[in-house]
Amino acid sequence: MSSRTLRVCALYPELMNIYADRGNLLMLERRCGWRDIELRLTPSTLGDTLRDEHDLYYIGGGQDADQLRCAADLVEHKSDALRAAAERSAIVLGVCGGYQLLGRSYEIGDEHVEGVGLLDVVTVRDAGPRLIGNIAVAFGDAVIVGFENHAGRTRLAAGQEPLGRVIRGHGNDGRSGFEGARSGNVIGTYVHGPLLPKNSWLCDWLIAGALGVEPGDLVALDDTLEVAAHANALHAAGL
Amino acid sequence: MSFFAAKAALARAAGAASRLTGRGATSLPGTVLLALDPTAIDRLASDLPRGSVVISATNGKTTTAALSGSILARAGIATVDNFAGANMAGGIASALLARRRSGGPPAELGLFEVDEFWLASVAGSLRPRVIVLANLFRDQLDRYGELETIGKRWAAVVAEATGRLVLGADDPLVAALGADASDPIYFGIEDESMARPDGLAHAADSKQCRRCGGAYRYERVYIGHLGVYECSNCGQRRPQPQVSAHAIRLDGVRSARFELRTAAGRGEVELSLPGLYNVYNALAAAALATALDIPLAAIIDGLAAAAPMFGRGERVSVGGRELQIMLMKNPAGANEIVRTIALDPGEHHMLGVLNDRDADGRDVSWIWDADFEDFAASVAQLTCTGARGSELALRFKYAGVAPERITVESDLSRAIDVALDVAGESTIYALPTYTAMLELREVLRKRGQTTSSWVRT
Repeated sequence: MSSRTLRVCALYPELMNIYADRGNLLMLERRCGWRDIELRLTPSTLGDTLRDEHDLYYIGGGQDADQLRCAADLVEHKSDALRAAAERSAIVLGVCGGYQLLGRSYEIGDEHVEGVGLLDVVTVRDAGPRLIGNIAVAFGDAVIVGFENHAGRTRLAAGQEPLGRVIRGHGNDGRSGFEGARSGNVIGTYVHGPLLPKNSWLCDWLIAGALGVEPGDLVALDDTLEVAAHANALHAAGL
Repeated sequence: MSFFAAKAALARAAGAASRLTGRGATSLPGTVLLALDPTAIDRLASDLPRGSVVISATNGKTTTAALSGSILARAGIATVDNFAGANMAGGIASALLARRRSGGPPAELGLFEVDEFWLASVAGSLRPRVIVLANLFRDQLDRYGELETIGKRWAAVVAEATGRLVLGADDPLVAALGADASDPIYFGIEDESMARPDGLAHAADSKQCRRCGGAYRYERVYIGHLGVYECSNCGQRRPQPQVSAHAIRLDGVRSARFELRTAAGRGEVELSLPGLYNVYNALAAAALATALDIPLAAIIDGLAAAAPMFGRGERVSVGGRELQIMLMKNPAGANEIVRTIALDPGEHHMLGVLNDRDADGRDVSWIWDADFEDFAASVAQLTCTGARGSELALRFKYAGVAPERITVESDLSRAIDVALDVAGESTIYALPTYTAMLELREVLRKRGQTTSSWVRT
């Protein structure tokens, strides 16, 4: 009996996918499927006018040139729907480049690019090296673990909540000790690797949030391999 | 003894000392020498009577170099090479240094595979007669950066190059490099039956025209983003290859055949290497040989004589059972590996070894970009090991392999035993990353129960 449906919108899946972002969508799809939750996946790409008719919006990272094209399109064709989604507490998840696009602006080369401004952050470049490596982040009483690889330094505005505190790795800017940003159900993070395969509990947290239930209300799954992969990634991060 | 000879002697001594301490030494003497004298490669290569040729690509460098070496041997040309896989400047300097001391016939031609990132510096020193650029795929983003970064570096190499260019026609990013070159040689596949029914792979790269940003339209896709394409905006299209493969037959996991066509004629090639990706490697080697004016007969004989390189389709006998090692480095490569294993009918016993050291790429996210989904249904048993074995196990679970068919064993030697136990008489396909492949071969060697199909000639 398929009692529930989760409507997922993948933004620019053919362009913003550089760090195996498909793995995040696959996790959502399988973990819903095993619970008899129907996952309806809709892509929305360049030129499509986005309508706010989904429970979870996902945007991943891309090559610089692709990210530039998506940024302009996002502001023009998709920001109204995303703002409406955020207001009614739908999940909006941006990873890496997608995180930067959810902020107010970012810099790429000499260009200053406007984002959709759902998160009160700006991303700038500085002379330092790319921030690359395994990363672990305290999120509530759990640890998000994965890999980061970004040149941009993201700064939180006063009052903007981070996603979590860096335990290992660089995070937003390599200095502040913060990683990601969160405003209600709008979440941005530099953690890829991909994010959800290494943190299956976070995947469930998102599914529950998108469905408007508690994670504990979801059918429990045999997560032996998921827990081992999480531990494996923690070990890789030096924990 | 000249000043340079003194430096060379010092560098060799460093290599010998390193070997005594048990560390691998393939690139150390050259690295030391380059530190003492940054022009060492120029000097060491300058007396090669036939000069040097270099091969670069994301996938297939080592095999293409080995196939080229086999052809050159047939043509009676003595080469100095870096087949051991040390393909950055230090490895190349080491190879050149070592050949000065070897007692064999003096090398006439330098044949080097070169890391994508090191191509500019190595080509600047070697000033190669021929530069083979075969393909560019998404690979080790933590080390190489984005594909565009490598593309730009290669474009700068091409702009400076004085030698002949050999380019993969079927890779739009690579083929575009020939736009302003004088008389490049293109190689490509001309066989509609080899086109993928499902079009572009999930993680296909280079979907937009390098010149204008327009979307490529593919008439055929052979591997990843390699195929027959045209830009929907500016009309840039795949160049007509002068060296091409027709009537391809993929004979299981051991061999492939095709008709090779060059300006000199055509002939039937029988490769002792499996899969469409090795047809590409053979074409690249044939095109390189064409650029060196080697007769077609020697090309065909040389290709037929080459055995799989170590870890690249190499078959190892382990206690009477067969283990075939298929190096897996990136999504495009992994896709072709499982596509090739699927040519073997029935269910498959697998040993996956995922490491995350520098040479593997520290970011293992790429396994989620590989298309394991179609292959999952044919997995009989999968044993996962390596530094990130648990993550590999998870990837296959989400690809559709039932968890009860998956075992995680962190110790490599024990994992081999587990895989042997459950496989019975079946062949085991080992899919290791680069450092995992070296470790796997070392464990098998130490156990002393192995014979390999790969012999260094």
